[in-house]
Amino acid sequence: MKYIDEFQDPDLARRLLDDIHSTVTRPWALMEVCGGQTHTIIRHGIDQLLPEQVELIHGPGCPVCVTPLEVIDKALEIASRPGVIFCSFGDMLRVPGTGRDLFQVRGAGGDVRVVYSPLDALRIAQQNPDREVVFFGIGFETTAPPNAMTVYQARRLGIRNFSLLVSHVRVPPAIEAIMQSPNCRVQGFLAAGHVCSVMGVEEYPELAERFRVPIVVTGFEPLDILEGVRRTVAQLERGEHTVDNAYPRAVRPEGNAAARAMLEDVFEVTDRAWRGIGVIPDSGWRLSAKYRDHDAEHRFSVEGIQTREPAECRSGEVLQGLLKPHECEAFGTLCTPRTPLGATMVSSEGACAAYYLYRRLELTPAPREASPVV
Amino acid sequence: MPVLDPAAWTCPAPLRDQPRVVMGHGGGGALSAELVQHVFAPAFGGSVLAQMGDAAALSLGGVRMAFSTDSFVVRPLFFPGGSIGDLAVNGTVNDLAMSGARAAYLSCGFILEEGVEMETVARVAEALGAAARTAGVEIATGDTKVVESGHGDGIYINTAGIGLIPAGVDLRPQRVVPGDVVMVSGAIGVHGVAVMSVREGLEFGVEIESDCAALGGLVDAMLAVTPDLHVLRDPTRGGLAASLNEIAAASGTGVVIREREVPVPPAVANACAVLGLDPLYVANEGKLVAFVPRGHADAVLDAMRAHPLGAGSTVIGEVVADHPGMVVARTGLGGTRVVDMPIGEQLPRIC
Repeated sequence: MKYIDEFQDPDLARRLLDDIHSTVTRPWALMEVCGGQTHTIIRHGIDQLLPEQVELIHGPGCPVCVTPLEVIDKALEIASRPGVIFCSFGDMLRVPGTGRDLFQVRGAGGDVRVVYSPLDALRIAQQNPDREVVFFGIGFETTAPPNAMTVYQARRLGIRNFSLLVSHVRVPPAIEAIMQSPNCRVQGFLAAGHVCSVMGVEEYPELAERFRVPIVVTGFEPLDILEGVRRTVAQLERGEHTVDNAYPRAVRPEGNAAARAMLEDVFEVTDRAWRGIGVIPDSGWRLSAKYRDHDAEHRFSVEGIQTREPAECRSGEVLQGLLKPHECEAFGTLCTPRTPLGATMVSSEGACAAYYLYRRLELTPAPREASPVV
Repeated sequence: MPVLDPAAWTCPAPLRDQPRVVMGHGGGGALSAELVQHVFAPAFGGSVLAQMGDAAALSLGGVRMAFSTDSFVVRPLFFPGGSIGDLAVNGTVNDLAMSGARAAYLSCGFILEEGVEMETVARVAEALGAAARTAGVEIATGDTKVVESGHGDGIYINTAGIGLIPAGVDLRPQRVVPGDVVMVSGAIGVHGVAVMSVREGLEFGVEIESDCAALGGLVDAMLAVTPDLHVLRDPTRGGLAASLNEIAAASGTGVVIREREVPVPPAVANACAVLGLDPLYVANEGKLVAFVPRGHADAVLDAMRAHPLGAGSTVIGEVVADHPGMVVARTGLGGTRVVDMPIGEQLPRIC
């Protein structure tokens, strides 16, 4: 945990930027897959420092943003039930479902708790044997293994009052869907380093070859991003399209074998809806039949959910890289982090939130959100 | 007409979507501001309240004094570097200090939960008394209530305090002008991370101790250099970002900070990186941010550094005429970003 300053060094950043500036000869559009990378880019102003020819398109990799409204509404419904303790990572609490969010469920008397690990939720289940404890299991390949582990542990320890509301998604099918979109402009990918630290890189060469697109595994600090951009641009300028690991301090080619084994045991691949995008084949995980008892959807039979997406929200296009957040008419007016229309504005990793929080000065004469207070 | 008529509110982000209180209403950010603006201020009225400072500046019998109150609901009651007793004294002492007043007398109200161990109450009381002696303030009056088991969190404390404002001192955001120098008295984010580390059972490799301290002496040292400080704030809830935004909005000026100049200890930076939090929004309990006329800046900074509680003082930015009401950070890499008012509480991210 001492690597933060090293990967934000302005002199090294300058050298990488100089290299990119001297390499690029024509316009290129790169997509950073992960919302964490988007926030690093916008927060540190990296996009302002890159050559004009290098455009960064923001990808769908925010787990909060892509969780379907229907699943959020199911979470709200389950969390509202008496006898339920609903556990979640903090950033899901402010995501709007149809008409309310988990904070409001808690304000109305629901027992909604923020945890820092799914194992905390399991501990709560052990301590409250007369209550039903549900953990909101969302996220990409990064959060799926610990969530799988929690279900595995619940089974092993005989903890029957614990279940998972699952909405896990997988990155490679999303990359495939983006490349197959008729409007796709993406010419290179900065792959999400933490996803690859679990899954390795073996899913990517076939994608790189089929779509003739370089894929560079990239970390999350400013210098990681710049190095990822540098290597992607270098490949594009040379006419190459290979998979390159620019994050070797965290990513081994084969990934994390133990985590993958846990995923295979507890989950099975399924089609999954992505909020704002639609169903992508084989892009998600659900609990396998062996663990169905711990599936909250199965246990609580949440049926008849009627979802209602705001018509003005264009987050689907933002998630697909077809629209920049500030190009949406609702940006900064109808839609702000305080009054979000979609998850991309409310999530801490959402592209719209990043633009609103960090770039408002250049993009809009946005109104202040509140008056000063004590 | 109903007491609450959300539809009539004209604020662009009213509370109409918040029919019930959520935690963010106490987070010191935009939600807190809306609650005060739309519910409390209209109900209470009064010109003194409209000052909306950390403490109210009063004139009573020809004497200028500051008056402030604060409530403390921290969990756990004891944390590395302090306790709810220390906070209950230092929080109010510091609110008074931010108006230039040296706290003289405090009141102290305890709300105890049935079942809490008497030894715990005694430890908190001792810590509170010791903090008062350190701060040079006397507990002049108090109150005790007990609520049923399950209706509290062990111990809640409210304190209120009064102190005299020295002649020539007038600390208000409205006095801030472009060119003012913005400085902080030391490392930021320490208290919030210290409490989080024990409350959530998180360990960050190094124990982080709260910076909880009474700042009256430091403010005295600064005022001794010049009474012409423009504004002081202790960046508690909402952190440095909330304080800077409040001052920018109330003064109608822009604030620019240089991100690399903001002192964030590595342990705090690491903890925030793990949790996806921004240190600028994490609470402090023993630091202040000062807006100082440029001509006095060097002398004030020297005085701050000469005081034990200001040894880590540093300049982090300045006030500009551009982008009034907004705070902008120059990033370490040379870009810029807006530093916004927090909405409610910061939420640890998923991954």
